[in-house]
Amino acid sequence: MAATQTGLWKKHEFFEKNSIVLLIGTLIVVAIGGLIEIVPLFYLKSTVEKVEGMRPYTPLELAGRNIYIREGCYLCHSQMIRSMRDEVERYGHFSLAAESMYDHPFQWGSKRTGPDLARVGGKYSDEWHRDHLKDPKSVVPTSIMPSYAFLDRELDFRGIAADLKANRAIGVPYTDDMVESARADLLAQASPDSPGVEELQKRYPKAVARDFDGDPKRVTELDALIAYLQMLGTLVDFKLYDGKAQDNLR
Amino acid sequence: MAARAHVKYMTEGEGGLSAALLAGVLVCLFAAARAEDAAFAFHAYLSAAASLGGLMLVLSHFAGRDASPVPQEVNGKPNYNLGPVKFAVIASVVWGIAGFLVGVIIAFQLWAPELNFGLPFTNFGRLRPLHTSAVIFAFGGNVLIGTSFYVVQRTCRARLAGELAPWFVVLGYNFFIVLAGTGYLLGVTQSKEYAEPEWYADLWLTIVWVVYLLVFLGTIWKRKEPHIFVANWFYLAFIVTIAMLHIVNNLAMPVSVFGSKSYPIFSGVQDALIQWWYGHNAVGFFLTAGFLAIMYYFIPKRAERPVYSYRLSIIHFWALIFMYIWAGPHHLHYTALPDWAQTLGMTFSIMLWMPSWGGMINGLMTLSGAWDKLRTDPVLRMMVVSLAFYGMSTFEGPMMSIKAVNSLSHYTDWTIGHVHSGALGWVAYVSFGALYCLVPWLWNRPRLYSLKLVEWHFWVSTLGIVLYITSMWVAGIMQGLMWRAYNALGFLEYSFIETVEAMQPYYLVRALGGVLFLTGALIMAFNLYMTVRGSEAEEEEQVPVLAPAPAPLPIAAE
Repeated sequence: MAATQTGLWKKHEFFEKNSIVLLIGTLIVVAIGGLIEIVPLFYLKSTVEKVEGMRPYTPLELAGRNIYIREGCYLCHSQMIRSMRDEVERYGHFSLAAESMYDHPFQWGSKRTGPDLARVGGKYSDEWHRDHLKDPKSVVPTSIMPSYAFLDRELDFRGIAADLKANRAIGVPYTDDMVESARADLLAQASPDSPGVEELQKRYPKAVARDFDGDPKRVTELDALIAYLQMLGTLVDFKLYDGKAQDNLR
Repeated sequence: MAARAHVKYMTEGEGGLSAALLAGVLVCLFAAARAEDAAFAFHAYLSAAASLGGLMLVLSHFAGRDASPVPQEVNGKPNYNLGPVKFAVIASVVWGIAGFLVGVIIAFQLWAPELNFGLPFTNFGRLRPLHTSAVIFAFGGNVLIGTSFYVVQRTCRARLAGELAPWFVVLGYNFFIVLAGTGYLLGVTQSKEYAEPEWYADLWLTIVWVVYLLVFLGTIWKRKEPHIFVANWFYLAFIVTIAMLHIVNNLAMPVSVFGSKSYPIFSGVQDALIQWWYGHNAVGFFLTAGFLAIMYYFIPKRAERPVYSYRLSIIHFWALIFMYIWAGPHHLHYTALPDWAQTLGMTFSIMLWMPSWGGMINGLMTLSGAWDKLRTDPVLRMMVVSLAFYGMSTFEGPMMSIKAVNSLSHYTDWTIGHVHSGALGWVAYVSFGALYCLVPWLWNRPRLYSLKLVEWHFWVSTLGIVLYITSMWVAGIMQGLMWRAYNALGFLEYSFIETVEAMQPYYLVRALGGVLFLTGALIMAFNLYMTVRGSEAEEEEQVPVLAPAPAPLPIAAE
């Protein structure tokens, strides 16, 4: 096969006879595309718009987000509204890059077996979410979502401050104050009558403190997950957002 | 007498690995004692047990071996190391069936949600990564490691580099699978598709993968042939690129070194593109380049014909690996990813059609002069049909990467159907073909137990694939059209739940297709088991009927 080659083709022998040359050649060829596509996303300022209202997740929301990840919700629900008429009418304003700037990892998803959740916050009541998570068919009779009744158990948040610290180490702007009060903030957000709510809202504007799971005695995984779902897509006020501002032309 | 006086010492590899495994036992026990969550403690104990098991294997290998090193050649022929290959072959069959079974279960869950049973570890969200990892990494990965260790030895005419290292690779890799799979069931996941295992499993895989690369390269360095055979270019590209993708996409900050949870260091739009740069090239390099290597060795071997075109293999190799890397953004059309990146991704995805078909043509045309074998050899037929599916899904893929098409297909079951036409039709079929070839070769059997059972496998599975992909085409396109349908008054025609209801019959058909595919795999497992046992079914001799060739048709005048 190779022995009869002539001219330019013969030059390929250089790769075929030197494994290290083949290895390095391959590495260079496969590195190019990724470098050109990915690296600019880190320095082109237009990649992530300038918006008002984005803040890091509250400790309770972050704990809820971790449950969302643990249970693999992203496998059936997207969190990315595309810029198409039917999506904007069904789900709301198309998603902005800025809205997931603190998401480690992103949860845009790739499949909609269930509806998009990017702006599900505030769409339904806490009671609805509670019933829906425990028994989806009780509120949506033909739903094919599994039951998540098992989330009605105590939330383990002993390590929540460490979670905030890990996020801070990779660029989420949690302050010392936020890390120190992580446990207090978490408890306050699930108990609306506690004095800590004001402090919580000072640190996390627009944070909503409610008894999400309807059981004031305990902080459950349902509390955390519903707190997360209820804040999704609510941080950016689109009445104030100016997509055509000089900074946001892209 | 001189030989008896030879004192047996541990080699550096044996000594070093024993020390490392002993250290592993201690570190894992320490980590288990300090563990901050139950899943991490479980994995630490599991790792300690695995290290201990590994240590005992190394010691028993030392006790049982001759004092002199293993000969590189016996009677002038290379002394091939086939143990690790056999292990990977068996593992791939076992994992394959497990993975297909979980796939069938989750397919039925979408049709009858009661099958989730309301338990955390039986829910769709935890089983779905188990299915994808079991079929891609456990089944596919073992096929790739097994065949690459076989092919690199045969085409270099050299024994595998290292004695313990190849075993470390197959056993270490399968332990990674156990860590990943049990983790999913316990809710340990990074939630990055096809990269779900947490940081410590990722670190372990990195170690295994580096040793894999070294064993593969080390064997190439021992080669008796001046040229590196084309299949090995593809294996090498697969190993190197997967290393690059795996490391970058899994960079993460653990919350604690004694806990399972970590946060990926990238966020939002950057994390999205890096994830799909990884995700699409898991398809491109794990499920394509690696399996093209299988094609380049097993199809010529089985058809007893040389590879069709050397020049085509050069062009499509470099073009394929260059272009694949760019294709990731087509998973993010119309999202918050900047438009320029989407367009670039689409452009390269469309161009990718050509090198993909270059590979398919090179494989198919290898049958020139041997097409008659398709009638008599169901194993070869399986591999050729795999190329047909490869051609089909590498046409469908570029089409779906066009933004206008993608606006309809994205988020729907069309994507699931597309993935499965590639995964079942191409990856699994070419793997089955390779397994049917390998088992008689590895266990020194003159032929398979039964070719008739291969026929059954082929037709049952093919029917399964057809049901699967056609139902998903209909379901996906219908879903996409219903989502964007408007009524005469200008309102959205359907609520979301109506589109869910419309999927039900197709989900059932899909699940039944999966049952057929699983049935085919069980037939294969039985056939391979009987082959290893040394049985041969009483079948009519498979002598091709020597019918006279039909007279060539006159070529039409126009």
